[in-house]
Amino acid sequence: MTATAERPTTIFRRPSATTGIWSWITTVDHKRIGIMYGYAAFAFFIIGGVEALLLRVQLATANSEFLTAGAYNALFTMHGTTMIFLFVMPASAAFMNYLLPLMIGARDVAFPRLNALSWWIFFFGGIFLYSTFIFGTALAPMGADGIGGNLAAGGGPGALNFLADAPNGGWFGYQPNAGPLYSMGTALDYWALGLQILGLASLVSSVNFLVTVFNMRAKGLRLLRMPVFAWMSTVVAFLLLFSLPIIAVALFMVTFDRQFGSLFFAPVGGGDPILWQHLFWLFGHPEVYILILPAMGMVSEILPTFSRKPLFGYSAVVFAGAAIAFLGFGVWAHHMFASGITPVAQAAFGLSTMTIAIPTGIKIFNWIGTMWQGRIRLTTPMLFAIGFVAMFTIGGLSGVTHSVVPSDWQQTDTYYIVAHFHYVLFGGAIFGLFGGLYYWFPKLTGRVMSDRLGKVHFWLMFIGFNLTFGPMHWLGLQGMVRRTWKYAPETGLQPWNTAVTVGAFIIATSIAVFMFNWWNSKRRGEASGLDPWDARTIEWMSPNPTPEYNFAVPPVVTSLDHFWHLKYDQDDEGRAVRKPDGDEIVAAIEHQQLNPTSPIHLPNPSYFPVMFALGIPIIFYGIIYHQNLWAKAMILVGAVIALVAVIGWAMEPLEEPHGHGHAGDDSGYSGSRPGAEGMSDG
Amino acid sequence: MRSVRHRVARITGIAGVMLLLAACAGADKEPLTTFDPKGPFSERINNLFWPVFWIAVGVFVLVEAAILVTVFLYRDRKGSREAKQIHGSPKLEVVWTVIPALILAGIAVPTTAAVFDLTTCGADAMEIDVLGHQWWFEFQYPEEGIDTANVMVIPAGKEVCAQMTSADVIHNFWVPALNGKRYLIPGQTTELRIEADAPGEFWGHCAEFCGLSHSLMRVRVQALSQSDYDAWVANQQQEAAVPAEGTPEWDGLQVYLTKGCTQCHMMDFQDGNSAGIADNVVQAPAFHGPPLTHFASRNVFAGATLPGEGQTREDALRQWLSDPPNTKPGSFMPNLALTEQEIDVLTAWLDSNK
Repeated sequence: MTATAERPTTIFRRPSATTGIWSWITTVDHKRIGIMYGYAAFAFFIIGGVEALLLRVQLATANSEFLTAGAYNALFTMHGTTMIFLFVMPASAAFMNYLLPLMIGARDVAFPRLNALSWWIFFFGGIFLYSTFIFGTALAPMGADGIGGNLAAGGGPGALNFLADAPNGGWFGYQPNAGPLYSMGTALDYWALGLQILGLASLVSSVNFLVTVFNMRAKGLRLLRMPVFAWMSTVVAFLLLFSLPIIAVALFMVTFDRQFGSLFFAPVGGGDPILWQHLFWLFGHPEVYILILPAMGMVSEILPTFSRKPLFGYSAVVFAGAAIAFLGFGVWAHHMFASGITPVAQAAFGLSTMTIAIPTGIKIFNWIGTMWQGRIRLTTPMLFAIGFVAMFTIGGLSGVTHSVVPSDWQQTDTYYIVAHFHYVLFGGAIFGLFGGLYYWFPKLTGRVMSDRLGKVHFWLMFIGFNLTFGPMHWLGLQGMVRRTWKYAPETGLQPWNTAVTVGAFIIATSIAVFMFNWWNSKRRGEASGLDPWDARTIEWMSPNPTPEYNFAVPPVVTSLDHFWHLKYDQDDEGRAVRKPDGDEIVAAIEHQQLNPTSPIHLPNPSYFPVMFALGIPIIFYGIIYHQNLWAKAMILVGAVIALVAVIGWAMEPLEEPHGHGHAGDDSGYSGSRPGAEGMSDG
Repeated sequence: MRSVRHRVARITGIAGVMLLLAACAGADKEPLTTFDPKGPFSERINNLFWPVFWIAVGVFVLVEAAILVTVFLYRDRKGSREAKQIHGSPKLEVVWTVIPALILAGIAVPTTAAVFDLTTCGADAMEIDVLGHQWWFEFQYPEEGIDTANVMVIPAGKEVCAQMTSADVIHNFWVPALNGKRYLIPGQTTELRIEADAPGEFWGHCAEFCGLSHSLMRVRVQALSQSDYDAWVANQQQEAAVPAEGTPEWDGLQVYLTKGCTQCHMMDFQDGNSAGIADNVVQAPAFHGPPLTHFASRNVFAGATLPGEGQTREDALRQWLSDPPNTKPGSFMPNLALTEQEIDVLTAWLDSNK
């Protein structure tokens, strides 16, 4: 093999396409990867939303026959799984990918190929999970067509019966119901292994982001000068790093139970179904903060910009975020207050849950403090950020009522909980994500989204959201249990359920407005220039749309809100005063950043991340059908693909002669970190 | 002191209901409501809920008002001046860390007390064993030797210590008017305290997702006065009489004996009856249907889902017997393809088992 070692370029030629489909498939550019994450996440948001609408049509009237029980159970399982793992997580990953290097003044993440690998693993994982609708089967001890029968078989009243051939154990997959004895067929194997793949993607990117943040910050950008979004991304990366291994182990146990008869969670074999709940929620509660903290970071960027003030209590907000993440690992059993754990455990987890309200409150108060005495411009991103604070507060307060353990015995597993976590994750995370989309759209396109349509979107969504999830509090307290396909008319629950369904369709309308706005603004939106919002942080010192190299000259940061301080001084009262040559300063930055003085080294594209990622679902398909010989062969094929990809990855030359050149201008990077050359070792 | 607190809690509770919903609400119209406690345990929870609710409302109003006032006062208008570049206030950080912490500490004390008070059964509580099945609850009275389903009958004013487990997956027993929820876990036993102040019928529901027909796993608790309860126990301890030959009930019994019902449904027949029919004991205790010995003493069946609103008991029985899986998807009771005539006589026999 000496020949290979001596002249690797002849064997592993790096791809060189800069446009077209292959340029996207082989890209290692964090911005392109972010864009792909974003569009994929949005597609899954639409799918998960349609699933929610079908659920709401079913529940609009008592004893409805619109969906079969099997289809309903599959849809609520896939709605939850999709919105969490295929929408909010990758949407947050989209922002982190796109913004994190820009916010720390870097030209890419630490390991660009690893970044591409995370994205492709996620993408194939999503397709793998959703392929259950085509290949998966959901069987029950007594299915629609008899013993061990298929739930999607005929006999049901609904035309959407075919949807029943999908995972139907809930996103929480409680055992033993989702185990081999009570949920036969392959649908739940697609679920368990699909989540396994998606978790792998997040785990890989968490390592990448952590190395990036700790090694690749621009000169002068101390940790406590980082934008809060960069901070929250860091905190989330830690959360992912510590929580994903737990669910990985638990999901492998499920897979072993289902595929190899291991009985970890089946009492008939001495297994413990409650063990699954502990493992699941030990991951599942930190997961909640994985979903919300990126949005909190975005809001912490948007509020100061449009209040024209620094973030109030910057370090308090940062440390509160870290505290939430830390405490988030100590509250998991509050999902299990009805499970009969000892009173000591119930009291302890009740108290630990209460403590989370303290750092959460600190954040909310500081956000309001940021707006106080500001000069508030009510742009669309600002409306979404304010909406976030207002709605998240409600979710936080209902969360405190769960920590009152006896109250939770009444509330748990009812629509009160559904209301609570949608106020946190929709009123919180999704409002934050939309605010972020409107705010950073110029970085993507060089244009600004229509503010008028944006406001129509915001108000429709705000009204629809509250009409959908507000009454759910009441429904839960009136005894409507969760995951219920039907409710009896005598329960008196129908009027508010009808209202909720109307609200859901208002939300759907608002999303249609957003999609039109996005499409239209991309083509015809007003040009943004370098600094459309009079922003504060350094990602706005890179031109719009962001050039491939991010910064021709990486900024040297001298303070928090570095960009703002380049433009503004303060008068004696402490009020901001724009420097007399502020416009020239901005123009000079744009000119400098648009015109690199020397060739900039960028990491080269690579075939191997996508190849490696492709091997994984092939292996997992093989595991599901492992009793068959052809499936065993598939495992081997997938493993060979992945192995070849790893070898190719390792042997790949750092760059091609026809690449982007390598006389990089590294002046912005301090000496202790790997320079631009090091980036392509990803 | 206690009664004052009690009254305050009740008044705030009532006001809260009115605040939340303009429409009138109550157990008559919303039989699963958590706001109409009918026993000491649910009462204790309710009294804990409302003060916390009002504290939350207070915080909600303050925060939302602060947001609105801030936006209103400091919205960028013509002539607005640039903002002072304030970076924060350590004093305020301390204030809004300490005040919520104190409020939470105040909530924590009664919470912890209630957790311990409510989780341990009283020493003289009577035991009822609750067994969860997909998708119905079974109730066994070990002292009295009673086995029944779907309707849990208890004496009013007396504490019941439910000993609960499951025959298959995790279920969650919940009768909002009497107490919060507790899991039924296969291979483990959990406890739940149940007590009703006065006679009445209370609705309940399985609250944990337990498979295909989770939404149709419902339950009733009937609290009877002590004398009625004693009469109920005495009746339940009776064995079923064998009907006279030639009656529709007799024909119904033949359907029970020959069409497969005996595979799952237990019957205690009178010993030494003239027809020589022996007790039906189901071999696999975990995998069985509701015992039918006193079927007609229960006002609901099929997981307490039937009869539905506006439906007669007879129609409901016919609906159920003609196609169980169509009424309750995944039902372990298959469609036995009974004829109309068989259903007629089976119904007559079932409803003779008082």
